[in-house]
Amino acid sequence: MIAALALILLFQLGGEATAQALALPLPGPVLGMIALVAGLALSPRLRATVTPVADGILAHLSLLFVPAGVGLVAQLDVIRSAGPALLLALVVSSLAAIAVGALTFTLVARLTGSAPE
Amino acid sequence: MTDAALIWSYLSRDPLVWLAATLAAYWIGDRLSLAAGRKPWANPVLIAVLLLAVLLVGTGTPYRAYFEGAQFVHFLLGPATVSLAVPLWRNAPLLKRAALPVLAALVAGSVTAIVVALAVAAAFGVDDVLLATVAAKSATAPVAIGVAERMGGEPTLAAVLVLMTGLIGALVATPLLNALRVTDWRARGLSIGVAAHGLGTARAFQVNPTAGTFAGLGMGLNAILTALIAPWLLRLFL
Repeated sequence: MIAALALILLFQLGGEATAQALALPLPGPVLGMIALVAGLALSPRLRATVTPVADGILAHLSLLFVPAGVGLVAQLDVIRSAGPALLLALVVSSLAAIAVGALTFTLVARLTGSAPE
Repeated sequence: MTDAALIWSYLSRDPLVWLAATLAAYWIGDRLSLAAGRKPWANPVLIAVLLLAVLLVGTGTPYRAYFEGAQFVHFLLGPATVSLAVPLWRNAPLLKRAALPVLAALVAGSVTAIVVALAVAAAFGVDDVLLATVAAKSATAPVAIGVAERMGGEPTLAAVLVLMTGLIGALVATPLLNALRVTDWRARGLSIGVAAHGLGTARAFQVNPTAGTFAGLGMGLNAILTALIAPWLLRLFL
């Protein structure tokens, strides 16, 4: 557990350091995630150590949104003025993205002969 | 001042109160969600956020004071993003079997989510800070918050928008995809994961395991793609 947490934090730290040093547009944790995917593919030992703890953190992922979500109370002015526009932007873009994504997948799967599972 | 008020004025300055309140509110939200049969509208995060918001407003506590305690939970968003490597690695064989459709749908869905959200918001004349906040809303929360922060957006509002996006995606996906007659579970899952991150993925798993796995793949890949393209697409609207 401690080894896994230390490794996850070290991957994050490595990502943050790389993002800062190279002035990359990606957030540090995303770089850490990409590096960890490569690490998991290469090392069965890393897989055995990190996987249970990572799964544990992800099982409670939604809890982690709460503190930022409560930030709502500090944004009430914005929500009062721009709330309807933002809500409409979210609804329209979600509908469009799901439709475009699903239809693109279906079309390309048909063109490349990739059968459904 | 009464004793109770004294104790409160002492405790309310202690981070412990708001850390405990955050976990307790989420616990209540989770129990209520379970009691409602895990319907997408009975979301534990939404319930917890509303409970805490009422508590903060009711006790006159500023968000800054609340965050002193809640930051310990908030901090874990970074490690959680790194942890997404595990499901991504686990789903890698799926990517190999259907690489072209997955990547095409990922790019199409991700660009559509960002551009349409920005276009609608810009049409209503919202300011640049809000545009930077709305751009990354389809990515999973830790990424969307990080990206919004980097692009000059408002991270706390980004979290709310991400949550709302996930709820909307979970609510509309099934009727929308049925109306479009999309029957391939891979296509249905992937598009939900790209558009509506973790909440969409959770919903996809309720409907069909193949859809859920592809949704997880879509969420993981879109975390990377959104971080790469959102700043670039945002520049078209500023």
